[in-house]
Amino acid sequence: MKLNKASLLGLIAVLELADDPEQQLSTTDIAEKYDISTHHLAKVMRNLVHKGVVQAMRGVGGGYRFAGNPNRTTLLDIIQLFETMESELDLPHWSKAADPIISELQSITNEIDDVTKAILETITLSAALKNMHLRSEATKNNGASS
Amino acid sequence: MSNQLVIRNALPADLDAIISLDRTTPDADKPDYWRGIFEHYVVKGRADRIFLVAEKRGTVIGFIVGEVRAWEFGSPPCGWVFALAVSPDAREHGTGKRMWDEICRRLKKTGVTTVRTMANLDQKLTLSFLRAMGLRTGRYIELEKQLD
Ligand SMILES: CC(C)(COP(=O)(O)OP(=O)(O)OC[C@H]1O[C@@H](n2cnc3c(N)ncnc32)[C@H](O)[C@@H]1OP(=O)(O)O)[C@@H](O)C(=O)NCCC(=O)NCCS
Repeated sequence: MKLNKASLLGLIAVLELADDPEQQLSTTDIAEKYDISTHHLAKVMRNLVHKGVVQAMRGVGGGYRFAGNPNRTTLLDIIQLFETMESELDLPHWSKAADPIISELQSITNEIDDVTKAILETITLSAALKNMHLRSEATKNNGASS
Repeated sequence: MSNQLVIRNALPADLDAIISLDRTTPDADKPDYWRGIFEHYVVKGRADRIFLVAEKRGTVIGFIVGEVRAWEFGSPPCGWVFALAVSPDAREHGTGKRMWDEICRRLKKTGVTTVRTMANLDQKLTLSFLRAMGLRTGRYIELEKQLD
């Protein structure tokens, strides 16, 4: 699985915002924190607003706020706003002779895609955030004890 | 009768409540299966076979069943949880987690260090719950084939 850049930026922005649903952050705030391109992120944020995942707040101190339910929104929900998650066999055209090989490879990539989707579809933002926090805690404690 | 959620060992008298709870899940109705399971896990209970129920105000609102299995598919002894359900109107109040934590505590007491389970790819709810309990894809892959 290779996530495209937009999905990755989308996941970063959504996880950042969902970690504290009260906070409002601008594109620049997020881009600076994660050292990512403001230009790319701005496009991603517009898509997230359009799909109702984040809300653009008006007025002083504007910015974006997470608008969904972190217990119900899954990683796949976010990724699928930007890509289909179907493996592609990158062969623009092939002769009839390749059909049996392509069919077999397709059935294998379908098997892989099904498992990949099932994993991403059952990890909610809350579950991912919880794992992230546990991992940072563990790293901190290991650092402290070594 | 306690208002508190109590997690306790299943008793033979809980059989009907379990059969009714199981009817609320997407699985097929299977009273005979549960009678067999009760015989093994409740009536002839053993420390390494665990059948717990969650009870509130005298009503059974959830159950979880597991055991220690050794050397299946070459795996050293580990805990298996093979059935779990919470009544639909009692869900999302932490009952599943309380039962899960308790069965893991009991499994750990028997000396095992891993717990496993299996769920249908279509059972998103169960899979989300298990993920939230910290489970990840394991080192054993389930393979299957239609017998022609
Ligand atoms: C899976 C099940 C046991 C969960 O029980 P529950 O008492 O509702 O679970 P909890 O309230 O303890 O939830 C624990 C965590 O699981 C996750 N979770 C629970 N329900 C969820 C849902 N609908 N969507 C996403 N995550 C969910 C949450 O992360 C939750 O943590 P939180 O409360 O901090 O958000 C219950 O939904 C159920 O019985 N489902 C049917 C099971 C089934 O089909 N069994 C038959 C095969 S044996």
